[in-house]
Amino acid sequence: MAFIIILLIIAVIVFYLISIYNSLIRLRNQVKNAWSQIDVQLKRRHDLIPNLIETVKGYMHHERETLESITNARSHAISAKTVTEKAGAESVLSEALGKFNLVVENYPDLKANQNFLALQEELTSTENRISFSRQSYNDQVLFYNNKIEMFPSNIIAGMFNFIKEVFFELENKTEREVPKVRF
Amino acid sequence: MWELIKANQRKSQILFVMMGLCLITLGYLIGSAYFGAAEGGLIGILLATILWLALSLVSYFAGSSIILSVSNAKEVTPEVHSQLFNVVEEMKIAAGLSKMPKVYIINAEAPNAFATGNSPENCAIAVTAGLLAKLNRDELQGVVAHEVSHITNRDIRFVTFAGVMIGAIVLISDLFLRGFFYSGGSSKRYNNKSSGGGQAQLIIFVFAILFAILAPILARLLYFAISRKREYLADASATRLTRYPEGLASALEKISQSSEELPTANKVTAPMYIINPLKRKGMKISDLTSTHPPISERIRILRSMAGNYNYQDYQKAYSNVKRTTAKIIPDSELAKVITHVPVASAITRSTPISAKAHQRNLGDIMMAVNNYSFIKCDCGLKMKIPPGFAKKEVICPKCGKMNHVISS
Repeated sequence: MAFIIILLIIAVIVFYLISIYNSLIRLRNQVKNAWSQIDVQLKRRHDLIPNLIETVKGYMHHERETLESITNARSHAISAKTVTEKAGAESVLSEALGKFNLVVENYPDLKANQNFLALQEELTSTENRISFSRQSYNDQVLFYNNKIEMFPSNIIAGMFNFIKEVFFELENKTEREVPKVRF
Repeated sequence: MWELIKANQRKSQILFVMMGLCLITLGYLIGSAYFGAAEGGLIGILLATILWLALSLVSYFAGSSIILSVSNAKEVTPEVHSQLFNVVEEMKIAAGLSKMPKVYIINAEAPNAFATGNSPENCAIAVTAGLLAKLNRDELQGVVAHEVSHITNRDIRFVTFAGVMIGAIVLISDLFLRGFFYSGGSSKRYNNKSSGGGQAQLIIFVFAILFAILAPILARLLYFAISRKREYLADASATRLTRYPEGLASALEKISQSSEELPTANKVTAPMYIINPLKRKGMKISDLTSTHPPISERIRILRSMAGNYNYQDYQKAYSNVKRTTAKIIPDSELAKVITHVPVASAITRSTPISAKAHQRNLGDIMMAVNNYSFIKCDCGLKMKIPPGFAKKEVICPKCGKMNHVISS
């Protein structure tokens, strides 16, 4: 009798541990999946930029610097490898595109161009997709890291070598604010 | 996320069981009232179950397509409205859906939207042309986020199934009550079968009538209580997705200010829409029987979140506005606070649209949905070519230039 009870208790504990292990795996896969989403969207942005430059070149003769900085930032971003490298290069690119959006205000002809308007919608959407995939990635990383740190899942995480993931942060605090125009 | 979905699914299951019990009780009572207590009750239960199963199967396999076609919604390609597609895909990414929902446009002026489907992998979002013409990008994003939240919170199947259950209960009660009043209490012929059972039979009959009157009301009340709560919950999830409660708040405000009625909505589909599409003229909206929470309250809650986006903030704002301590979000979800993540970026603030431009937009969207093609003449005039236009060329009415028609 006592033997059966002990066996039952052991079985319950084993099942509990297995469920913790499985939830860790699920969370890790979600992090990986979210990361691949970011990659897809970053690639979309990189593909969009040559098209954009081509369309606006004819209109913006006085903005060679701005356009060049976008092109440079793009090639840096493409060659970046690790999470932190990418985050750095992409935030430079975001900043360059932000500057570009401000400059566009000075070109009414360009803003009336249907092609450009369509491109601008695509660009806006791409920027949004990047931030939403980043947001979703960071949420997943947070849940995963919490699980690794918290008791009792931290024991299993330590045993099977689950390592904490890095957040994907872009350093730009003014993102949501309306751009201020200075005279 | 998972705890929330689990809690929602548990509530749905409880509701299904209760409605199922309602249906079976109804079947039992009616059966025994007509055919005698023993075998009649069984027949009643059997018939009620068969009806419910058949309707459930239909709703599972064809529910969303029936709803979409009843609502006069048309599936569209990205070319018709690229911004809508972009916004849906952005929300799909934010919510981590594995597949892009299908996108439908309803040819109607009243701004509204709904989501339907069986699962996050097989679902659709429908918005009206009026919604697209009226809202700016941020607001559209808020509405789409609300609909995507219904998908991720597993509300869409719940709504279809609950609709079917209520439909079955209403149908049976209606048939019984009508049959009873037509035959004018002809039940006496069944009473003669067993001697002494007359009185018991009469009591059963009274019970059956009472229950037939009460069951549809009960089922509706149950359903509405849950569906109202889920509207709040979808608002909360939507602000978590967009991290921008003001977008949804101002969309709700614009939608509520419009006076158009949605002609294709009915009592069964009404609970699915983001706001109630059936305007009740001159009637006071009772709290118990409305499928949707009052919009003014939803807007006040969103606005008093003061730009925060966590479930905690929504719950707090909800408690303040409603002055209750009722929980709409499970504790385990409230504990998940996201503070470090920067809010989403690069939203273009569009300028307000004039009434004329609004009408033009609306017309363009409706025509694009109906497969019209557009030709822009060199003089700047935009010509709308109806589908099946026979000629290869069309003369511009403004400058007289011949333009080629690109056949689609």
